[in-house]
Amino acid sequence: MTHDPGYNFAYLDESTKRMIRRAILKAVAIPGHQVPFGSREMPLPYGWGTGGIQVTAAVLGPADVLKVIDQGSDDTTNAVSIRAFFRRTAGIATTESTEAATIIQTRHRIPERKLREDQILVYQVPIPEPLGRLEPRIAETRRMHAMADYGLMHVKLYEDIARHGHIATSYSYPVMVNGRYLMSPSPIPAFDNPKMDQMPALQLFGAGREKRIYAVPPYTSVKSLDFDDHPFRPIRAPHVCELCGSGDTYLDEVLTDDVGGRIFVCSDTDFCSERQAMKEAAE
Amino acid sequence: MYVATKGGERAIGAAHAWLDETGRGDPALPELTADQVQAQLGLAVDRVMAEGSCHDRGLAALAVKQSRGDLIEAAFLLRAYRTTLPRFGASAPLDTNAMAIQRRISATYKDLPGGQVLGPTFDYTHRLLDFRLAAAGQLPSGAPEAEANNEPTPRVTEMLAREGLMQREAESEAEPGDLTREPLSFPADRALRLQALARGDEGFLLSLGYSTQRGYGGNHPFVGEIRMGEVAVGFTPPELGFEIDLGDITVTECQMVNQFKGSRTEPPQFTRGYGLVFGHGERKAMSMALVDRALRASELGEAAEAPAQQQEFVLSHCDNVEATGFVEHLKLPHYVDFQSELENVRTMRASVEAAK
Repeated sequence: MTHDPGYNFAYLDESTKRMIRRAILKAVAIPGHQVPFGSREMPLPYGWGTGGIQVTAAVLGPADVLKVIDQGSDDTTNAVSIRAFFRRTAGIATTESTEAATIIQTRHRIPERKLREDQILVYQVPIPEPLGRLEPRIAETRRMHAMADYGLMHVKLYEDIARHGHIATSYSYPVMVNGRYLMSPSPIPAFDNPKMDQMPALQLFGAGREKRIYAVPPYTSVKSLDFDDHPFRPIRAPHVCELCGSGDTYLDEVLTDDVGGRIFVCSDTDFCSERQAMKEAAE
Repeated sequence: MYVATKGGERAIGAAHAWLDETGRGDPALPELTADQVQAQLGLAVDRVMAEGSCHDRGLAALAVKQSRGDLIEAAFLLRAYRTTLPRFGASAPLDTNAMAIQRRISATYKDLPGGQVLGPTFDYTHRLLDFRLAAAGQLPSGAPEAEANNEPTPRVTEMLAREGLMQREAESEAEPGDLTREPLSFPADRALRLQALARGDEGFLLSLGYSTQRGYGGNHPFVGEIRMGEVAVGFTPPELGFEIDLGDITVTECQMVNQFKGSRTEPPQFTRGYGLVFGHGERKAMSMALVDRALRASELGEAAEAPAQQQEFVLSHCDNVEATGFVEHLKLPHYVDFQSELENVRTMRASVEAAK
């Protein structure tokens, strides 16, 4: 496959890629710290993954195999659109298989299959600041990170427990990276948080509109915030997948009629179809 | 059995084809040309150039046509194109003092050197729908012509400054920052703030400017001067070593004169709010000047409590391409997070029921 000759490989010019790579290197060196970068205006709208796209464009090589998922699925419209963007501008091979991919760009999920050392997971991030809902001023949150002043977040979680009996955050659940920086895992369900801890793959996070890049290097500690007497609890629908029978994966609820009919299916479509194929082969 | 979301690629292709067809409208009608847009919807073109941060009337007109008249979408198209252009240098600062004036009014003096020039303005039109325009084919009767006024047109604020009544701006040879290359950090200096405001959404700045007039951070503004016309763009190519004229562009400049009670180090005097936009964009230039002055609150020792005076609030939210992206992204699928919230709410309801 060849790429669109009207644009540089993977759309961005080489000096922009170099600027982004420098930000990535800094982010890897300081796990969980948000590095400002000169985010460019992309031909896709802010909120559609412009940060993730720029990070992917900066790390992508001609031999890479790219997988793009949104809500765990390869066939969601925006995942389709981003995959098509890189096929057109980089001419690279794309895949729907988590195992075959070298780079996986994702919005809102971490694949169920364990990732490997030779893979990179690129997250699309809408709001990189984990303290943003408690303190909207960036000048102030930067100071709080510098001083590791995270009391405000612990108070918020404590208030949740006092009011609801448990921590009422179910996604974008804040994590502590390498024992130092409080980080937003992006709006993945809290169910996915434990997968980030000691992951063999490099995890990169790109926020285009907010102009921040951050990273979790391979085999780094990522702990979801909790209290000794109120340990972190991942949330999933207590059902099994209608299609593959899985009882330990993250499920989507699908309404089948308007009188309460519903089924639950795996959110990770590649994982689900692999399991279905195995089940069929066994039968 | 129902299986969610398959066929995304085909759906997108079909949606794009439908969009093209809808954009063209009734095929029995002649197609609108980008030239017609440029000539007859010139203020839309100007707004798109300002918010798209790129001076090119032809491309802006094309963007207006392609976006079916959605001007934020058009600004987005122009910006996405702008970001791919190579940068070969920076122009010399525009000399708006030497502007070929089409319009120039001052609200602070009845008459002044250079005079009051109304120019092509809606200001004193009666807003009655002109049904003659609904019947095509009529040319306007034509405006009377006069000899060009070659009298110099000094800026009102400069005349005040010579008297010591208008605070002079700090001069600097430093290269101004560029928020399209380096991320904005706070506090941002005035040059960066003005860049952000010049690209900012006209509606947002209008409302913020209005809020200062209604008491949320007011500072008694007068329109010292609004001028609109052509200015020359000068550029010094490194291989030549002297400045050449690249051509003329139309800009609108507004200088607001605002009261300042003085401080320990400065006597009472007037201070400036400044607005400059591509094309004929008076509402935007005026709003920008009001907000620029409001954002100077801290440096002038005023309490910065109103929204228009808080630079993180203003600068982080004035960009309509960023704003529309993040607001509209809510229509992308969020069912994974929603599922978590569903389980969360069900758990909370169960514990409330159990406690009864």
